[in-house]
Amino acid sequence: MEASAGGGCGAGPPLLLSDGEQQCYSELFARCAGTVSGGPGSGPPEAARVAPGTTTTAAAGPVADLFRASQLPSETLHQITELCGAKRAGYFGPTQFYVALKLIAAAQSGLPVRTESIKCELPLPRFVMSKSDGERRIGNPAELLGTKVQIPYLTTEKNSFKRMDDEDKQETQSPTMSPLASPPSSPPHYQRVSLSHGYSKLRSSTEQMHPAPYEARQPLGQSEGPSSGGPGSKPLRRQASLIRSFSVERELQDNSSNYLDEPWRITEEQREYYVNQFRSLQPDPSSFISGSVAKNFFTKSKLSIPELSYIWELSDADCDGALTLPEFCAAFHLIVARKNGYPLPEGLPPTLQPEYLQAAFPKPKWECALFDSYSESMSANQQPRDLNRMEKTSVKDMADFPAPTQDVTGDDKQALKSTGNEALSKDVSEDPATAKDCTSLKARPRSRSYSSTSIEEAMKRGEDPPTPPPRPQKTHSRAASLDLNKVFQPSVPAVNSGLLPPPPALPPRPYPSQSEPVSEGDLHPQLNRAPSQAAESSPAKKDAPHAQPPSKPIRRKFRPENQSTENQEPSTGGTASAATVKPHPTVHKQSSKQKKAIQTAIRKNKEANAVLARLNSELQQQLKEVHQERIALENQLEQLRPVTVL
Amino acid sequence: MAVCIAVIAKENYPLYIRSTPSENELKFHYMVHTSLDVVDEKISAMGKALVDQRELYLGLLYPTEDYKVYGYVTNSKVKFVMVVDSSNTALRDNEIRSMFRKLHNSYTDVMCNPFYNPGDRIQSRAFDNMVTSMMIQVC
Repeated sequence: MEASAGGGCGAGPPLLLSDGEQQCYSELFARCAGTVSGGPGSGPPEAARVAPGTTTTAAAGPVADLFRASQLPSETLHQITELCGAKRAGYFGPTQFYVALKLIAAAQSGLPVRTESIKCELPLPRFVMSKSDGERRIGNPAELLGTKVQIPYLTTEKNSFKRMDDEDKQETQSPTMSPLASPPSSPPHYQRVSLSHGYSKLRSSTEQMHPAPYEARQPLGQSEGPSSGGPGSKPLRRQASLIRSFSVERELQDNSSNYLDEPWRITEEQREYYVNQFRSLQPDPSSFISGSVAKNFFTKSKLSIPELSYIWELSDADCDGALTLPEFCAAFHLIVARKNGYPLPEGLPPTLQPEYLQAAFPKPKWECALFDSYSESMSANQQPRDLNRMEKTSVKDMADFPAPTQDVTGDDKQALKSTGNEALSKDVSEDPATAKDCTSLKARPRSRSYSSTSIEEAMKRGEDPPTPPPRPQKTHSRAASLDLNKVFQPSVPAVNSGLLPPPPALPPRPYPSQSEPVSEGDLHPQLNRAPSQAAESSPAKKDAPHAQPPSKPIRRKFRPENQSTENQEPSTGGTASAATVKPHPTVHKQSSKQKKAIQTAIRKNKEANAVLARLNSELQQQLKEVHQERIALENQLEQLRPVTVL
Repeated sequence: MAVCIAVIAKENYPLYIRSTPSENELKFHYMVHTSLDVVDEKISAMGKALVDQRELYLGLLYPTEDYKVYGYVTNSKVKFVMVVDSSNTALRDNEIRSMFRKLHNSYTDVMCNPFYNPGDRIQSRAFDNMVTSMMIQVC
């Protein structure tokens, strides 16, 4: 028996169990394992006896309850679990369980917890939570159990329901979880009240993960109670009371831990933390972490290697040796849970499934996907929003604004769209390509992208980006001075020709108030010349800052000139200025109002232009960086590809 | 039904061996051990050809009166040995092949786990579950 069980479960100290011990242990094991392997249907004792050597594992939850029921101090329980090998194996197989029970017996007899101590004859371990082996509660144990279990359900339905479900989720609990000793068997009412009270604090609404096992457990309990009479009722009662004690400790632990309701549900802040950690390992949140990187990272958590191996097995859903963001979050969450003492589940909980995580938190992925490895995704996202807003305002104000500025915004829009499309198309192309790579069983949301980025796609993507830059560059080089150039079109030839035309335009106006504007009009071309020269001399980055300062002085100049209408002439477009010069002497008042309006419009447009130009330049920078990174990654891919083929 | 399934490392030590518990396990261990000779024989016989041409599935290694032993070797010289009850005449070669393929896939998944060091005993639960299913299902 033990050998067969040991064969499958790894090394354990050889056990010699007497018949009584054997029976007791197998019953207990069946109790603990039966709740997991499916209560309805076959009775657990039979199942346990039929296949004792199969790797049925005892659910660590009931096991933990059992151990605590032995009323041993928690350190002893820790030692026992370590010795029996459950920690190493990560689960309670039959051998581990039997060894643990034997050690509990030894500890209860006062022997030190050592492997040698179990070699001798020992009394049966005593579990006190409900009743010891010899005692029987008077009355109908099954009904009592049923009522006990049901009353909490009735008193505060939601709370107790959630608590029960919580227990169901944490049914696989190892004794390492709680430093608290098992509470004495206080009256059930007291415990119930405290439990529901405590849980009402913790519980928000939850939809339940495992109501089914609980219900399965309950009818099982009920059916077993009347059927098996004494022996059956005792472990059931023990289990129910263990459940209660377990939930008390669970509540206290919950208070101490960060989890709100279910331990397997990732909260927002946890999610943020995981994503940040992911980013620290791998800047691109839409890519994945390789196995070795993840291994180094998770080994820091100081969990044992088998546990980490098991966590990896749970979380790497597509078994590709790499963790995507949801997989990483799931793994991290499991590690955190384990470190807080929660036992590892048998299977990946639904709230940790990659699809669920992706569905629950799609936004960060999408945003980051849109701007690939650009870490300031938030700022980048704001920029297009600002861009759109600016575009809208500029469109509104642009009544008679010259066409080139509109072209600029159009270019910006197109550049943005192209980057967006590229990023999206890249994701899209990655997904079907990765879907094609599904050779093995499970669906891979994002599996080996090594082969996904085929050469043609890389080439295509490599081709697409270069085309936008030339276009913006043309505007970009003049972006700073764009407004100035377009706006001060007469001044450009003025720059070239030595500022002659604008000043001559001013004097013909026979307005006394225009003496000031004249002088300021002289200043204007100089200002225009300076920024335009500056703009032309400094390409790329400097255009943006240069765009700002030139426009500012102009704006400042504009404000005092706001009242004066003639100052619009050098600032307006060539056509407008030419048009306004002549009617000025004739219809001053009307044109002044018009000019005021035009002036404000022009000012706003210039501001918009400046902002757009700056944004454009920044986006261009981002584009270039992204291209470089992509090229670097593609090179890496090329280098790595022959290695992955085994 | 597969009565015993074993995964043997390149150095011919077992990475994973499991049998149905009803039998005397030691007998199966011996059978697997002796079958390793046959596996080596088959590998060397084919070894003259290029490795690519060598088929992974080795087929029936040797029959005894009660059992048949099938073998499969991967490109990294990891061997899978399966002992099957002879009374199961319904088991066809294709089924055995598919079982080995599943084994190989599960083994690959175990390998993908970065915490698994090649040469360690296989303690993956997923692998265990798969083997259990194989041992129970093919009746």
